[in-house]
Amino acid sequence: MSDPLLEVTDLAVHYPGRANWFFQKAVPKKAVDGITFVVPKGKTVGLVGESGSGKTTTGRAVVKLAPLTAGQIRYQGQDIGGLSPAAFLPWRKKIQMIFQDPYNSLNPRADILSILSEPLEIHFPGMTRADREARCAELLRNVQLPAEYLRRHPHEFSGGQRQRIGIARALAVQPELIICDEPVSALDVSVQAEVVNLLQDLQEQLGLTYLFIAHDLAVVEHVSDHILVMAQGRIVEQGTPAEILGNPQQAYTKTLLAAVPRF
Amino acid sequence: MSAEPLLKVQDLCVTFRNGDRATVAAQSVSYELAAGEVLAVVGESGSGKSVSALALTRLLPPEPSCTLSGSVKLAGVELLSLPEDKLAKVRGGSIAYIFQEPGSSLNPVYTIGFQIGEAVALHRPEVSDIQAEVGRALAEVHIGDAGRVADQYPHELSGGMQQRAMIAMALACNPKILVADEPTTALDVTIQKEIMDLLARLRRERGMSIILITHNFGIIANFADKVAVMWKGRIVESGSVDQIMRTQAHPYTKALIACIPRLGQRRRRLTTLADELKVSP
Repeated sequence: MSDPLLEVTDLAVHYPGRANWFFQKAVPKKAVDGITFVVPKGKTVGLVGESGSGKTTTGRAVVKLAPLTAGQIRYQGQDIGGLSPAAFLPWRKKIQMIFQDPYNSLNPRADILSILSEPLEIHFPGMTRADREARCAELLRNVQLPAEYLRRHPHEFSGGQRQRIGIARALAVQPELIICDEPVSALDVSVQAEVVNLLQDLQEQLGLTYLFIAHDLAVVEHVSDHILVMAQGRIVEQGTPAEILGNPQQAYTKTLLAAVPRF
Repeated sequence: MSAEPLLKVQDLCVTFRNGDRATVAAQSVSYELAAGEVLAVVGESGSGKSVSALALTRLLPPEPSCTLSGSVKLAGVELLSLPEDKLAKVRGGSIAYIFQEPGSSLNPVYTIGFQIGEAVALHRPEVSDIQAEVGRALAEVHIGDAGRVADQYPHELSGGMQQRAMIAMALACNPKILVADEPTTALDVTIQKEIMDLLARLRRERGMSIILITHNFGIIANFADKVAVMWKGRIVESGSVDQIMRTQAHPYTKALIACIPRLGQRRRRLTTLADELKVSP
């Protein structure tokens, strides 16, 4: 196994519950409770589970989009879990995220050039406007879209094209690790195949590492080197795709497997 | 089986007009549906599958922005020329719909019970105890605590529960045909299985016909009797499910089946439509 890029130890994310107006005290909601896993460099780790299992919260906690209650997050050996937002900035450049819903994750008022330029302005302040534009055109080519699209707005694109733009935005700052949060769940099966292939091509070309979150085991099995199965905030089972498929240990994993249509 | 099918669609065309521009969304769509039969209409976004299903009861913009031609006969009655007031009885009463996003098809400001009750009051004026009917409808879709759910608003329910409530509403009026337009696309795989099992059971128990619209061949294999594959507004291939899952005559059908990742058959790359498809319809 190659070097670990990301090591998560005993991660917990609890949200304060709402107090009952009368007797009860607030009971915290344990979205994620004591999970530990490793993402090796250059590999894809799949994180699978139902809605509410805590898989998205786990992904968001890694990039500080969810508050950490306990646990450690180490990136190349350095503890990044306890950093202030300002101190975390250099790591945002290394860890990027792709979101599930390509309709809500792109600013409808901005054209593609400004959507792709924004991360460049933040992380590469020395770049000139012309450099940025050239880089944005290159990014579009990376995700197999024509550079002319820079002046268009998100509503002019289909779901699959928008997801490509979301991928281009994540690639803009040359990250090492990308958290893919259900990147294909909202897409047609035919478009899903194209986006999955694109992600795998980019991984080969750029040496990327993925934490791939999804609820469809067939897709996760296809892309992953290692699979984590989550239920109710915990990792209930993990292993290689062959182990999870060939010899599932937990009842929950078996339920997930049974739910995948077979034909 | 009687000579006349329950639903007979012939040469259905849907054209949208925007100024001088005309877009043909569905062209020469023909199929038949017998009582108790399940037809799956499969195709990608934009293939015309939803539009042709909405056209059955003219749930589309009025003329001149949208023109319909062809024929849709429900038990011998032509629907395309039926007056609005009669058509309103068919919508929901004979042909009911459930849609992809239960969250946006339910009215957010009314309770689930009120919305189901409204449908019952409209289509079944003979029912005196609407409350009891709502409870029965919710129990039929396996909502355990029907009384509580009836008093809840859509945002208080999960996606799977919302879709169950939608199905309960559609079935409360005893339709002959249920049109399910991507009923599980917005749901998790485990919930998808529950909803598909529920639809299969309801169809068995009620002898209801279903038109299932989907982009995913995976979910129809053990569910539908017949398949019509739509591409660019046309039906490019149709036949029995068994036959089409075994051999596909049209390259588009082949491509749609090939692009789905299958458990335990790891490939280096997924097949895309572009790999398989180098022809036009």
